[in-house]
Amino acid sequence: MSHESTYKPGTAIERWLDKRLPIIRLGYDSFVDFPTPKNLNYWWTFGGILAVCLVIQILTGVILAMHYTPNSALAFNSVEHIMRDVNYGWLMRYVHANGASMFFLAVYIHMFRGLFYGSYKEPREMLWILGVVIFLLMMATAFMGYVLPWGQMSYWGATVITNILGAIPVLGESIRTLLWGGPSVDNPTLNRFFSLHYLLPFAIAGVVVLHVWALHIPGNNNPAGIPVKDVKKDTVPFHPYYTVKDGFAIAAFLVLFSLFVFYGPNTLGHPDNYIEANPLSTPAHIVPEWYFLPFYAILRAITFNIGPITSKLGGVIAMFGAIAVLFVLPWLDTSKVRSMRYRPTAQLWFYLFVIDCLALGYLGSQPAEGKFVMMAQIATAYYFLFFLVILPLLGLFEKPKPQPRSIAESVLKPHQSDAGIAVQPAE
Amino acid sequence: MIRKTLNLFLAIGAAATVGIGAAAASGGGTAPLKHEHWSFAGPFGTYDKEAMQRGYQVYETICSNCHGVSLLAFRNLGEKGGPFHLDACPAGIPETVDCSIANNNPIVKAIAANYKFKVTDGPDDTGGMFDRAPIPSDRIPSPYANEQQARAANGGARPPDLSLIIKARHHGPDYVYSLLTGFEEAPPNFNLAPTQHYNPYFPGDMSQLLKEEFRTPEGHPIEGIEIPHGGVLAMAPPLADGVVDYADESVPETVEQYSHDVVQFLAWASEPKMEARKKLGFMTIAYLLVLTGILYWSYREIWSKVEH
Amino acid sequence: MSASSDTHNTLSGEEPTRRDFIHIFGASVAAVGVIGVAVPLVDQMNPDASVLALSTKEVDLSGVPVGQAVKVMWQGKPVFIRHRTGEEIKQAEETPLSALKDPIARNDNLPGKDDAEDKNRVINPAWVVVVGVCTHLGCVPLGTSQGESRGDFDGWFCPCHGSHYDVAGRIRKGPAPENLLVPPYQFLTDTTIRIG
Repeated sequence: MSHESTYKPGTAIERWLDKRLPIIRLGYDSFVDFPTPKNLNYWWTFGGILAVCLVIQILTGVILAMHYTPNSALAFNSVEHIMRDVNYGWLMRYVHANGASMFFLAVYIHMFRGLFYGSYKEPREMLWILGVVIFLLMMATAFMGYVLPWGQMSYWGATVITNILGAIPVLGESIRTLLWGGPSVDNPTLNRFFSLHYLLPFAIAGVVVLHVWALHIPGNNNPAGIPVKDVKKDTVPFHPYYTVKDGFAIAAFLVLFSLFVFYGPNTLGHPDNYIEANPLSTPAHIVPEWYFLPFYAILRAITFNIGPITSKLGGVIAMFGAIAVLFVLPWLDTSKVRSMRYRPTAQLWFYLFVIDCLALGYLGSQPAEGKFVMMAQIATAYYFLFFLVILPLLGLFEKPKPQPRSIAESVLKPHQSDAGIAVQPAE
Repeated sequence: MIRKTLNLFLAIGAAATVGIGAAAASGGGTAPLKHEHWSFAGPFGTYDKEAMQRGYQVYETICSNCHGVSLLAFRNLGEKGGPFHLDACPAGIPETVDCSIANNNPIVKAIAANYKFKVTDGPDDTGGMFDRAPIPSDRIPSPYANEQQARAANGGARPPDLSLIIKARHHGPDYVYSLLTGFEEAPPNFNLAPTQHYNPYFPGDMSQLLKEEFRTPEGHPIEGIEIPHGGVLAMAPPLADGVVDYADESVPETVEQYSHDVVQFLAWASEPKMEARKKLGFMTIAYLLVLTGILYWSYREIWSKVEH
Repeated sequence: MSASSDTHNTLSGEEPTRRDFIHIFGASVAAVGVIGVAVPLVDQMNPDASVLALSTKEVDLSGVPVGQAVKVMWQGKPVFIRHRTGEEIKQAEETPLSALKDPIARNDNLPGKDDAEDKNRVINPAWVVVVGVCTHLGCVPLGTSQGESRGDFDGWFCPCHGSHYDVAGRIRKGPAPENLLVPPYQFLTDTTIRIG
């Protein structure tokens, strides 16, 4: 919620600066005295965790670029040079590689949290859309980053994914050629992917600033999904209440991160990527990184032509559609109640949706044959049904539970809230 | 939207029928790997230095005739954590020399100077390339100058570089061990060329090699014929009992022991910084757990004054 | 790593109390972690193992006639090797220490800070081996190739800012503060040296 600035410059220097560039005021109002609902749970700490992930990726990435050589003849060896010769190079590389996984893990939890508590609903549509933009940029960055070590999975992953774009009617071939810079994935591809992989994280950082801005206009959503009524009773200042809570969550998250980096650095990777790229021999199973598996499953689920749309193009449409549908989510959900805490029916469908996404992830890792094809098709169907049919209809037909009158009340009497309180629309 | 969904469901039935048929036709696969105990497994595992030294000996005597370890330099052998690392110089070397630096390590220097392959250096002052004995800073020379030469010398098959072989295979240590110890007489009823060697742990498809008389007209195996695990590879069984002389008489000179030792060496070659990684990991995680605990305490303390 | 801080007491505007200890402690531990993280982030820019390993270079001197010099690359820097004439050796040996701007030998082959006498600058007086990087701001002095200016003292002359070195590579005139560095080297045979 917009609020009066409470910043009081303490020193003469601060007063001088405040008149010319009120940057301390901006930071103070955004991260110190920002009124934040007092009922946020641990699912809300993932925003801070994601910020840390981005910083870690950019830091280690800039460092790796100091030692890496983006040339198809040298790239694989230069990565091994980092692993073997550069001081702490193995640490930088393992943090960066596993950092991508941690980043996606956190972003998926962050998105599911937004989904459950209706954080995309009015007045936070822009916040949500900017988040989806960040997610898209992350996927592009991660995909291009995975190509850089120039292992077998790098090479063939790049080949398969760029060929997917070739399925786009009319423009596809040209887009593919522009990405390749030649008749196939080769040195020019590697060079431009390196350049873009270095560029996009800064674009992400820029959109993150917009994301935080868009967050600070309406203020945080909260587990009760109801707006702040009384700043004094319903909120606490961001600092120290949430800085310390986020700090605790970040430290705990870093423990998990470290377990991967130090004790299972290749658990999430694929052995084939320790074989240098060979354009003459394709690995037995091409599997993307785990965070792409659900989308990969959706891509492969379309095995049939739909009218003039070939199965190949259909798969591409479905895959991009799976992300595109997130952009219009704020207008698909017709419910007046934000938080699914008060939508028992919607909760069931939501949990089924979470299971569905996990199932898609599993199916994406399996060979596309036999029963897996059908299962992927069912899972894909539910993915779209959830957004396009279930959410729109639920809002019209479900009977939500009564919501508490205020955040303060939801905090103090969480278990009495459903008794005898009238249903209140969220806005 | 609804039509699309309907189409999807219609297609599911068709796909399922096709899918089940395809699943029945596939078979074979590789035999379940042998599970060895590896000293480097687990969060506190370290490489067995003596086994690594013997493993290097096996590599140099046997494997290096066909397989390179192109990512390794001789100096790596003497670096901290490497098989021939020394903390102090042996007797007879001046005190001013620091043998913990790999370039000064007398064992490494001797290995490099006497290595079976030379290093091509140059161009010299007249523009020509020349061969010279390796020095510790050189990468360990590979047996073949390039892929074409390797293929030509091995009947079209390229012996893979072994620098990363342990990390480049699923369950690398067990896989390499199983493969090295797993060569078997080819099962009867199969046509193997003299350059093909059967191994139940090598990925392949034996049904392709089934003799004509055991196939149905469609090419499927006739009843009663089982397709064995594994496949054929171009490498003949490289090890035999006694082919490498160990200095330590107490260590058995068997294929199993050789394989075990060479896996130790190759595991280190794949991940030379593993010991440093696990050590730093222990400290990092201990630190993070303490920090997490303190921050949790701090967080409870701060929130203790808020009604929630 | 976001840190907690001791603002709790600043919020209440009081002196830190025993209960604030945990926040200060938490912030301190987090700060230590940040320093710990900084170590690898900085250390990765130090020379890596492959660079450190390439520290030796063997040079065949048999093709360098008396009175001439050659330039070879060692660790990415030029090394000057001059085959001195008898007269040059005499001239270098007879230079009094008082005439030297930098009285220290600057010889990596010697353990201590010996005087910059000629004998402390060479192994074999016929050969002077110095790193060809001016100790002023790192230009490469002239005087190695024939026809280049050898400066006022018949050694080397740095054209960037006018430093004159003598035939033992010692600074005699100009802004450079130190003698040209003698790299670690040894004679493998009479006509082969290994630098590094």
